[in-house]
Amino acid sequence: MSAVSGLLAPRTAAIAMAVLLLLVLPLWVGNAYYVNIASQILFFAVFALALNVLVGYGGLTSLGHAGLFAMAGYTAALLLARGHGHLVADTAALLVTVATAAVYAVLSLRATGIGFLMITLAIGQILWGIAYRWASLTNGDNGVNVSSRPMPFGLDLSGADGFYYLCLVVFLACVGSMAVVVRSPFGASLRGTRDQERRMAALGYDVWLIRFWAFLLSGFWSGVAGLLFLYYNQFISPQVVALTTSAEALLMVIAGGTATLLGPIVGAALVVIMKNVVSAYIVRWNMVLGIIFILIVSFMPEGLVPGSARLWAWARHRLRHGKPKPAAPGPVAAPPASGGKEGVR
Amino acid sequence: MPRVTRRAVLAGTAAGTAAAVIGMPAIAQATPFKIGLLTVKTGPLAQGGIQMEQGIMTLLKQRGSTFAGRKVELVSADTGGNPAGAKTKASELIERDNVDVILGPLAAFELLALNDYIRQKGTPLMSLAAAEDVTQRQTNPFIMRPSATSAQCCHVLGDYAAKELKYRRAATISEDFAFGYEQMSGFQRVFEDGGGKVVKKLWPPLVTPDYTPYIAQIGNVDCVANGFAGSNPVKFMRAYADLGMKRIPLLAGWTAMDDALLKSLGDEAVGVVSAAWYSASLDSPVNKQFVADMAKDHNVLPGGYSAGMYIAGQVVEAALQKTGGKSDDKKAFNEALRGVSLQDTPRGPVKFDKYGNVVGDVHIRRCERKGGQLVNTIVKTYPDVSQFWTYGDQAFLANPVYSRDYPPAKNLE
Amino acid sequence: MSLWLTLAVNSFGLGGLLFLLSSGFSLIFGLMRIPNLMHGSFFMLGAYFGVTLLDRGVNFWVAAIGAGLLTALIGGLIERFLLRRLEGQVLPQVLLTLGFAFIIGDVCLMVWTGDPWQPATPAHLAGAVQVAGLFFPLYRLVILAVAVVVAIALWIMVDWTRLGAMIRAGVDDPPIARVVGIRVSQLFTLVFSLGAALAAFAGVMGAPYLSVYPGLDFEMLPLALIVVILGGTGSLLGALVGSFIIGFLYNFGQAMFPDLAYVILFLPMLLVLVLRPQGLFGKVVT
Repeated sequence: MSAVSGLLAPRTAAIAMAVLLLLVLPLWVGNAYYVNIASQILFFAVFALALNVLVGYGGLTSLGHAGLFAMAGYTAALLLARGHGHLVADTAALLVTVATAAVYAVLSLRATGIGFLMITLAIGQILWGIAYRWASLTNGDNGVNVSSRPMPFGLDLSGADGFYYLCLVVFLACVGSMAVVVRSPFGASLRGTRDQERRMAALGYDVWLIRFWAFLLSGFWSGVAGLLFLYYNQFISPQVVALTTSAEALLMVIAGGTATLLGPIVGAALVVIMKNVVSAYIVRWNMVLGIIFILIVSFMPEGLVPGSARLWAWARHRLRHGKPKPAAPGPVAAPPASGGKEGVR
Repeated sequence: MPRVTRRAVLAGTAAGTAAAVIGMPAIAQATPFKIGLLTVKTGPLAQGGIQMEQGIMTLLKQRGSTFAGRKVELVSADTGGNPAGAKTKASELIERDNVDVILGPLAAFELLALNDYIRQKGTPLMSLAAAEDVTQRQTNPFIMRPSATSAQCCHVLGDYAAKELKYRRAATISEDFAFGYEQMSGFQRVFEDGGGKVVKKLWPPLVTPDYTPYIAQIGNVDCVANGFAGSNPVKFMRAYADLGMKRIPLLAGWTAMDDALLKSLGDEAVGVVSAAWYSASLDSPVNKQFVADMAKDHNVLPGGYSAGMYIAGQVVEAALQKTGGKSDDKKAFNEALRGVSLQDTPRGPVKFDKYGNVVGDVHIRRCERKGGQLVNTIVKTYPDVSQFWTYGDQAFLANPVYSRDYPPAKNLE
Repeated sequence: MSLWLTLAVNSFGLGGLLFLLSSGFSLIFGLMRIPNLMHGSFFMLGAYFGVTLLDRGVNFWVAAIGAGLLTALIGGLIERFLLRRLEGQVLPQVLLTLGFAFIIGDVCLMVWTGDPWQPATPAHLAGAVQVAGLFFPLYRLVILAVAVVVAIALWIMVDWTRLGAMIRAGVDDPPIARVVGIRVSQLFTLVFSLGAALAAFAGVMGAPYLSVYPGLDFEMLPLALIVVILGGTGSLLGALVGSFIIGFLYNFGQAMFPDLAYVILFLPMLLVLVLRPQGLFGKVVT
């Protein structure tokens, strides 16, 4: 017991420290540009966490989540452009996105593994096709502009700092809800459907229904992230729905580490920083990003966060020599040792 | 992060970004003038983006990186060719690098995504992208366009096709987005005013592996006007020739027959008539020098993308000369930019209307093979063409912006 | 009337090109269960190799086969040293193949610049066939013919050779194939190289009419995906039929319902996935 609490205390402290750092971030980065980058990391992290519900905990690899992300953005943007208020537009956007997620789920949950991946990809491409070609509805390649950000409770979100705090609040709410869900009986049963699908069914669990709810949860947070994306850019265009957006989100999750809370956040930070900050210094940033992915696959196939935790545990083990390995290395809940059905080993 | 501190110091020169000021007084003479280039260096639009960078670099090299006695620093940013990237990179240039002026972006949808942001920040921007309304109904006091609106050349093309070539029936084909709509609407309006009829309008998407399904729909017409951009003209013209369509003359906007594309084209391009605001074959000392330097430094024949940024740089230089090298007063500097009028640019004389858009020559060219090389030979020059053609700004602006449905095509078959 | 005829002929031409692109993808996917997200990159890379060889005055067919071999070498190396270690792990495979897609795309941009390259149609294949006042570009028909030849060659290989027998065994039941002593690892390298070579060959064949430019990779990848899913993974007949279905849907969709062209393109794939997940001609994998 003492070993556990000994581990827990520094972890609580680390989390408190991280939250504190995030709270004062606009003060220490000092520049609106970097605050904006931080906002981007936060809402892409929400998106990656949403995707991780399926990929990591459900063992269902979706390559069509850009469709959900953009569904929220487009619904809100088109309603705002038609003169509706922010509250109406955003509520409708989330409802439509969750409904779309239900359609995704009904169609795609007939399969698992690579079949699931392909169905989600197909739905994503259809939505892209609509955004791209149905110009009379979506304005096609020209995209949709949103003239202003909302002012909830009179708070001004037009500046970089204000918007950052909105993203932070949403992000913390997302991480919190994910942590609760993961630890809940539902989270356990979702992991069960990933690792022991047949046994779960035999035990009387409705595997399909568990996955369906997971999909709705994933869809909801994808929609929230999509709304933040829309308000951040005040603009949305078909590129957001493209296959590359889905792939990028999946890369964030896999690179950071599936079935962890910290993994998708680290993955989102990696991709956003490479795309926006590193690209200012290295012209060939696409190549560097590709090389990083290959290095991750080669040396930490389980992702950066679990991989680092493994190395750290290994190093500690070597140092202490003889003492047993700590059961749960790393600052967050590590994935079960068995890994996913899809083979996150 | 050592760069941040340097930037914080630089921030002192720019009003409005006071948040980052650490307190050191900035000395205007010592700080370099910063040009931010918003371009595309990766992805499908990289071709034009790389040319933009080559254009401004050529000017800076010719001037020894000094405008009006002040050192000039170029900060280049890669948007990846998408609106969200453009927004983030513009914020990088303005809020992190504190540039004094932005050149670019390349694509109309990038400019549309930036419009409000530039208005809010007040950093002058010299656009290559069209998106007409930015210098028309939604004038932005900080955006200028030394290249051309989408329709500026196509108005001329429509006039030439109707009056000189005496074509009566035309089909139009262009990408299904704002740049395509605005070009083809401009062509249609002037062509129909000149007595012609546009009987078919086709809109393939930006990414079209094979144009045959569209070309096959072109019926019985005297000419086909196309407004393709990027690498699409190459694909389109080959498919057009392959389908035995060369019996119907092809007309082209400036991007569809840009001089920089000539090396990628073959016999299918011979005979194509285009309207462009810049032509590498223009016979003036400044253009000859520009073409020679582009060949020497980058081994390319420059087209509008390079020339546009070169000329934008010249405009910035002229404004700095007017202010005596000072740019700390953003408003005054912006005023100076908008008042620039130049005689010696690669495209000829340049001045700006009150909406910030260029008034300059537009050339009609015919593509020919000369000594094995394809050349766009100038056959006629329309001097001092305005974005409003001959309609006058008031009358022009009373109508809605050119779109897929405006002006309505009444003669479709 | 003439419009529909032109579209129909063009559909066969595009279908032929899609078959060249996707037959390799189908073999890789069917045998190795790898979602090879760099297949479009192989297509583009091969096309660039091809235009470079053509630029040096190499014969068109030599250039096409040479580009295929070069790309096969690259594909083989990636499989042998990296993909091999990720057998059965979909997520790392996605990460790796996408990583290489990024790298190949960027290398191509660096080496061949952003300018579009469009080699001249080989002189003896250029021109148009004129039937009843309609022009059909000869080259599209040549692509169709080449696709048919390749289809027959692949069919002979898969159905009549020892290698083919091993591939079939591998597609139908990988564990059993291993038990009966098929050296699956060598087979995998071979098939992956073959798939890369076919994609590259398709790239060169497509270059005279598609041209080669940055971004071509991610235009072709979804097309290969839908063909293979429609037809059924690991089935050559499926890839062939799927290619022509997509060829027709693309051409007629763009002409008749431009607004919904992409919905028309992807909807059949979705229906097949939902109603018949193994594809039209695929076998149910146990």
